Amino acid sequence: VVIEIGELAIRIHSDDPAFLGLLEQRYAGFVRPAPAASSDDSTAVRLELDVDIIDNAVGFGQQDEDRDEDLLVRREGRRWLVERGDFRAEWDPTSARGRVRQTANPYSIDAALRVLHTLLLAREGGFLVHAASVIRNGRAFLFAGLSGAGKTTIARLAPPDATLLTDEISYVRRRQERYDAFGTPFTGELARLGENLRAPLEAVYLLAQGRENNVEPVPPADASRALLRHVLFFARDAELPKLVFQAVADFVCRIPVRRLTFAPDARVWELIA
Amino acid sequence: MSGQRYVARSSETAARKFDGEMIVMSARDSMIFSLNEIATVIWESADGATRLDEIVATKICAQFDVDPDVALADAAHLVEELAGHGILVVSDSPIGAPGPHPESAT
Repeated sequence: VVIEIGELAIRIHSDDPAFLGLLEQRYAGFVRPAPAASSDDSTAVRLELDVDIIDNAVGFGQQDEDRDEDLLVRREGRRWLVERGDFRAEWDPTSARGRVRQTANPYSIDAALRVLHTLLLAREGGFLVHAASVIRNGRAFLFAGLSGAGKTTIARLAPPDATLLTDEISYVRRRQERYDAFGTPFTGELARLGENLRAPLEAVYLLAQGRENNVEPVPPADASRALLRHVLFFARDAELPKLVFQAVADFVCRIPVRRLTFAPDARVWELIA
Repeated sequence: MSGQRYVARSSETAARKFDGEMIVMSARDSMIFSLNEIATVIWESADGATRLDEIVATKICAQFDVDPDVALADAAHLVEELAGHGILVVSDSPIGAPGPHPESAT
């Protein structure tokens, strides 16, 4: 099964057809046919991932599925090692091969994919961020905030002509001087996969709930601090945090960041432009 | 005396200057620091080859209306604090190869 998120394709191999079927269902819209061997860089598979399905994850430590805080990501020589209570994974960027050991559940592979994408994006100025994102009139808007800030609410209030990219984790890639936002299958409370689309990123809104709808610009220094709090990054590493920092610093110099205070009221969308 | 010591940016940091405000991140624990104007001057001057008292005399006192003794005491306190967070290195002798000079966003 090839799962392509943000135009980065990862091919998953497993001996368990039921698990592959589960992936096809879970990532519907993000599964695509395997590209031909001669494909150019934009469509080539970036990583081959072998998934070993095990009966139980006893010995992996505490069983906390779906908790990113418990992820341990570190580099050992050339390999990246990713561990959580419910799975273990490793990835060798040189050979572009990786392996995951997990039970047959969708949460473990979901976390592994999020980590792998953050590692892949960090080297090219992109990132994953806790944010809802939508496309409207051909442009993408991000709404960043921690849990409870209103990501799902703002997505729910979006007008009918808006296309949901995600209500939980947004995907940002740098394209020279501009940035594109992509749909992701990483869902929040809406439990609805985003559309597998992309659009040039127009603006980021830092969400705050209040009595009235209001927008104010956020200076780049404040924007970088705020956005760094929302960017997904897990690795204990000397180099990669610097890359993420520089990626966010570059980003806030090119993309307007605004603070959006809103009441749960669809009129807030009149302020989004 | 801290003022006669050498200071250098740690290589385990990333930094960017926005409109005169330096934002520094420790790569060790991802902590973020915002430096005010004077702290930014010290950070930018922390090349490992210049003593802190020279930085205060030639950069701080030249640019800001401050009492030299107070400025030096404050600077010494600041560098010790930042060194405690691992983003500056302080030494009695010159320090080779400081961390990268921060980019400026303005």
